[in-house]
Amino acid sequence: MERTLTNYIRALRTAGAAVSPSEAIDAARALALVGYAERQRLKDSLSVVLAKTPEEKDIHDRLFDLYFSRGAATAGAERQDSEDTADQRDGDGSGGEGEPADPADQLLDLARAGDQSRLAVAMERAASQAGVDEIRFASQGSFFSRRMLETMGVEALEARLMERLQDRSPESQAEAQALMDARSALMRAARRHVDQRFEVFGRTATENFMNSAVASRAIDKLSLRDMERMKAVVARMARRLAVRHSRRRKVRNRGKLDVRRTLRANAGFDGVPFQVVWKRKHRDRPKIVAICDVSGSVATYVRFLLMFLYALNETVTDLGAFAFSNVLVDVSGPLKHLSFEAAMDHIILEVGSGGTDYGQAMIDLRDKHWDQIDRRTTVLLLGDGRSNHTDPRLDIFAEMADRAKRVVWLCPEPTGRWGSGDSEILRYQPFCTHLSHCATALDLEEALDEILLAYD
Amino acid sequence: MTAIDTPAGLTSIDAVTSGLTEVGYISTAAISTAVYLAHHLRKPVLIEGPAGVGKTDLARSVAKYLGYPLLRMQCYEGLDESKALYEWKYGKQLLYTQILKEKIHDLVADADGLDASFAKLGDFQDLFFSRDFLEPRPLLKAMEQTGGSVLLIDEIDKSDEEFEALLLEILSDYQVTVPEIGTIEADVPPLVMLTSNATRELGDALKRRCLHLHIDFPDAERERLIVRARVPDVSDKLLAQLVSFVQLLRGENLRKLPSISETIDWARTLLLLHADALEPAMVRDTLNVILKRQSDILAVTGKAEALTHEAVKAAAEAA
Repeated sequence: MERTLTNYIRALRTAGAAVSPSEAIDAARALALVGYAERQRLKDSLSVVLAKTPEEKDIHDRLFDLYFSRGAATAGAERQDSEDTADQRDGDGSGGEGEPADPADQLLDLARAGDQSRLAVAMERAASQAGVDEIRFASQGSFFSRRMLETMGVEALEARLMERLQDRSPESQAEAQALMDARSALMRAARRHVDQRFEVFGRTATENFMNSAVASRAIDKLSLRDMERMKAVVARMARRLAVRHSRRRKVRNRGKLDVRRTLRANAGFDGVPFQVVWKRKHRDRPKIVAICDVSGSVATYVRFLLMFLYALNETVTDLGAFAFSNVLVDVSGPLKHLSFEAAMDHIILEVGSGGTDYGQAMIDLRDKHWDQIDRRTTVLLLGDGRSNHTDPRLDIFAEMADRAKRVVWLCPEPTGRWGSGDSEILRYQPFCTHLSHCATALDLEEALDEILLAYD
Repeated sequence: MTAIDTPAGLTSIDAVTSGLTEVGYISTAAISTAVYLAHHLRKPVLIEGPAGVGKTDLARSVAKYLGYPLLRMQCYEGLDESKALYEWKYGKQLLYTQILKEKIHDLVADADGLDASFAKLGDFQDLFFSRDFLEPRPLLKAMEQTGGSVLLIDEIDKSDEEFEALLLEILSDYQVTVPEIGTIEADVPPLVMLTSNATRELGDALKRRCLHLHIDFPDAERERLIVRARVPDVSDKLLAQLVSFVQLLRGENLRKLPSISETIDWARTLLLLHADALEPAMVRDTLNVILKRQSDILAVTGKAEALTHEAVKAAAEAA
């Protein structure tokens, strides 16, 4: 199959578009039909065959422009060329021994001639020998561009340059200058080529690496720059969760006859039950009430938890959010109407100050919002359980646990510190269905996954 | 399977575009490419995009310009093989059983003993599960077309996951297996189009078997052509203005953006009201044609004047 195409598919895969072998075959067949002649047509065809989601379409649009940016002419030349080099490599091994003239002269000629397409072809060949497509990080750029020049035989050119530099005569000096210019021109061209390859093959790998690093870093240790990245990571995780849990809401309950619907369906057959209709079980939609402690250090976690929950709005349509420090306030309104950042500022401003009082929060919840908690509800608490030595009102908490389907508590404090000082979390623990330490975005995802699992 | 004959309308991408234009469907390069490749690679096309951008209409138009019958299959939750593939004609089977019961004495009268009677009846046993008693539903019907057809599986995202699995055999091999009869293969594979509004994520297996076409809202140029094709009586001036108004609306923060079908409806409405140019008052009164949510209508009513002026200006610049 076409080298250019397989390399392109490899680039798509590194960029995160899952292209299956059968799709690769389709792409080759499409290519045979459409050809390289018209760029836009090729792009449309490959997009139809290879990219199957909006995200993949974006990746394809971006990569296609980068990958096929050398113009149709060079792409054609390169194809021919790659076959040549393959033959050559089989014949006389690697390196430039097969070439008749002095490599230094050739390079000089190449740099001076200003023939862009010839230069591009040479660069392409050197790049494939130097394995530039393996590039993953921007910092590898100089290494790969040097390796490209070495496969092109730049050492011979450099040797001659050293020779000329030692000679003090004006002709030698002039020639040395020319050699130096040629060398830096080649260097620039190689670097350009490597940078472009990085965009194709490395950029996404780097991004993925950074994203996974951020996802597993403790949330309160994130820097401002990480926060920006985190938004995208959380959005992606939420999408993943949504896909995993957007299953059907009805299950066929085989074995239990739905008499009424069976009779109705077979009325046309004189009541002889040819078609049997089974009873169906309806699943509950996830209903989550999130209660967040927004004091001090916990606030960052709350931000991500709420971000997560609101990104899940497709799956979790029934969502209530409360924030408290010393009083409990319903914050679903601002989260729904304001932009996320503005809403968070609003919440922190409204309830963020004041000492934490879990007891008062429980009382407020019972007095004002008790009807929001029923047997379908998962109550999700996020807080460190430090209540400033006030009464934790375990009685109300126990009653809430009784009313709700599940009570899940996520605590940003490590397990070792639970119960120390004014921490009441160990006293709340017996009433929780699930209590865990939650430090990173990955922990958050896991916890939410488990909550949603209870509704599947 | 026989080699595919390529009808004249599918010999090149340009032929597809001009064929679609003939029946009033304004195509884009991407759309024509997808139709062309669908035929030549023998692959179904999965069409995604917002509601009302002409996904279903594409299938209808392709069928129309190729002169193929269109077999449409509307998906919904609870759709199963008896409604999509085939069903046995129970009533007819029942009737035949009754007849057989009455005639059974005559049939076995001259047979000696039980074995001979069974041997005689054995000739009938396959009768009830033969093609005569099979009621073909859209999918099986599409396999049986000998002159080519367009099979439209509409809103596949509304169906259950089991139904998706059921489709896999049809989509990859163009055949249907009926356990009692065997495998029914299509002589001429139908041109299959699936549409989805992405209310749920489709299975990977299905996606990988299909070509994927995403149709988005059209740009102003294409939208003008589409409205012109559908509402030929509308004046150039009004057309340019209403299209730029709708294009502006799509940039607003609305819950349900207006799509092409709404633009066409609006053009018809304005034509009925004898408008020859956009005016704020008229825009306000007819907003309910293009916007389908009360909150959106309220949000735009306040800005109607500014948006109208902007649209009129943009239309004048474009002309």
